[in-house]
Amino acid sequence: MTNNKVKIKTEKLDVFYGQKQALKNVNLEIFNREVTALIGPSGCGKSTYIRCINRMNDVIETCKISGSIKIDGQEINNKQIDVVRLRERIGMVFQKPNPFPKSIYDNVAYGPQIHGLADHKDKLDQIVQTSLKKSALWEEVKDRLDEPGTSLSGGQQQRLCIARAISVNPEVILMDEPCSALDPIATAKIEELMEELKKTFTIVIVTHSMAQAVRVSQRTGFFHLGNLIEVDTTDKMFKNPNNKMTQDYITGRFG
Amino acid sequence: MNLAILLLVVLFSTSCFFFGRKKIIKITSENKIRPNALPDYYGYYLALWCAIPAVLILALWTVFEPTIIKAIIINNLSSNNLSELNPDELNLVYQQIIALYAGNFTGTITEEIRLGAENYKSFLSIAEGSKIVILISFLMFTTLYAYKKLISNNKAREEVEKIVKAVLFTCSLVAILTTIGIIFSLLFESIKFFTTINIFDFLFGTSWSPQRAFVRDASTITPEEYNELKDAFGSVPLFAGTAFIAFIAMIVAVPIGLFSGIYLAEYASKKVRKYSKPIIEILAGIPTVVYGFFAALTVGPFFREFGERFGLEVSSESALAAGLVMGVMIIPYISSLSDDVINAVPQSLRDGSYAVGATKSETIKKVVIPAALPGIVGSVLLAVSRAIGETMIVVMAAGLAARLTINPLESTTTITTQIVMILIGDQEFDSPKTQSAFALGLTLFFATLILNYIALRFVKKYREKYE
Repeated sequence: MTNNKVKIKTEKLDVFYGQKQALKNVNLEIFNREVTALIGPSGCGKSTYIRCINRMNDVIETCKISGSIKIDGQEINNKQIDVVRLRERIGMVFQKPNPFPKSIYDNVAYGPQIHGLADHKDKLDQIVQTSLKKSALWEEVKDRLDEPGTSLSGGQQQRLCIARAISVNPEVILMDEPCSALDPIATAKIEELMEELKKTFTIVIVTHSMAQAVRVSQRTGFFHLGNLIEVDTTDKMFKNPNNKMTQDYITGRFG
Repeated sequence: MNLAILLLVVLFSTSCFFFGRKKIIKITSENKIRPNALPDYYGYYLALWCAIPAVLILALWTVFEPTIIKAIIINNLSSNNLSELNPDELNLVYQQIIALYAGNFTGTITEEIRLGAENYKSFLSIAEGSKIVILISFLMFTTLYAYKKLISNNKAREEVEKIVKAVLFTCSLVAILTTIGIIFSLLFESIKFFTTINIFDFLFGTSWSPQRAFVRDASTITPEEYNELKDAFGSVPLFAGTAFIAFIAMIVAVPIGLFSGIYLAEYASKKVRKYSKPIIEILAGIPTVVYGFFAALTVGPFFREFGERFGLEVSSESALAAGLVMGVMIIPYISSLSDDVINAVPQSLRDGSYAVGATKSETIKKVVIPAALPGIVGSVLLAVSRAIGETMIVVMAAGLAARLTINPLESTTTITTQIVMILIGDQEFDSPKTQSAFALGLTLFFATLILNYIALRFVKKYREKYE
């Protein structure tokens, strides 16, 4: 690994939804400017885990989180942290593309506007353009920026959502099964894009596709029933995992 | 008598149901074949074939019996010794005959009337008898027909489904025909009115005082009389008053309703929502007449006293009081509907907004409300239609004098109020004063129709696709 700086570190992370424990004592380190893939069967807590990192679980009333989540050494799992600033630093892309019912331009300009990142129109235009370029969508939409974001195809919509996420210049991008609603061609585009994005951002991706994890990630974590079973470099995880369960899962014997 | 027949038909068709079901089970089990449908369908098949034609005949008979008897009796009368009477007089004699038959005739009984009453009595008993005979024979016939089909194990399921479809279609047809009927009755009376008063004078005249319009015969109006008459029927003050009061109502209802809808949908905890939503919806269940006296007896006088302290002259029946109370009445429509449309905005949009670091209010303002806007606008326009059509509150609290004013402290009047004023009490239906109510009703109908149409178009055009 070229860059061994730890970006996100969770210790003894427990998450409860009401009575149900979704994560059990998860200790995981995510490294800077790398793609970390989280795999595991449905309901194992992968999505819960990444939703802890940008505190999206706050939206759910019954959710209780205990333990430590540190970003660049700073504890974020406490009441003092400003969630709005935190989410500006940690962007998120969801399973289903969810562009706002606004124009393509406004979809991307939304973040910079609410955070006051652009003090005049030219600056905003520039941010929108760079974000769309970074998300490899610019060439396809540059002539129709004022059309509704919902008019794009599924794969384009997802790249629009990536553009929206990177428009506020975050440090980390969390991706929650970003390709599960897309066809293989759109998926390939997004994967290509991630290769590019990891030069600037730290990426955590939840995926159900082993092949995708192998293609895009440098490290992989395997979750099962709320436990982090094993985490290692993707290479090692898929060639020679330490744990029998990991072995079974990646070879398709269960899950 | 009809009730007894109806009861018998129902009883008979119920027994047909059980009989048909049993029969098909027996037939199919004896022949070791599978019935084409569940046994219940055969029961229904027989019962419906028994009941529907009988009920139809009964209904038609009841509708046409008096007309036919009347025609026969009048025919008798005019072919006998009363041939010199004109139809109106014959009609009178017929009424006397019926009165004598019913035992509440008070005049002198002439030979014709006595004979006529006897005739009437015998006709009635003949009609009664033939009705029962025809009904029973028809019922037997259709039931037997259905029975024959039944024992040949026909496709009862399809037939029953067809009948069900036909019944449902008839019910929706009734609703549509009623609407069309109402429109036409409005239209015909309005056309009568517009033959007296020019439609443009009605639509654009600025003075309304139908009390002073006395017209004996519409065909003999001189131009001078007409000039005076058209000043009695200028509807602009009414439309202005209606729009004005509706406007005041919307100023009250839109912000309060919308904000409470947003609170309920976005901020309120489940518990608060569970209790507060029904309470707000109770507002919609309060009869408008209760709002009316609240407006007339509490709010109106309060404004007058309040205004007096500042040296303002406030009429005790003011547009402000009526509009305010109407606004309160409308709040639940807007809040409840906008709560629903806001709830329908997918959570994924909110998540998307939170994920770039938007606060709750930013998310609501910039993502949720724009996404829900078509629904919100629709609910507001629906509320406007209600405000325009509302009657009781304005009758009680807004006043009767038609004047063009934009001072909310003065009394004003609305279309609905004037319709009420025109139509209460005894009316002659050929005077333009009475007919003007229909013209007002028609115009109001068109106004709300256009509004609803715009609302629908708006909602359709700007409906955001969430996905």
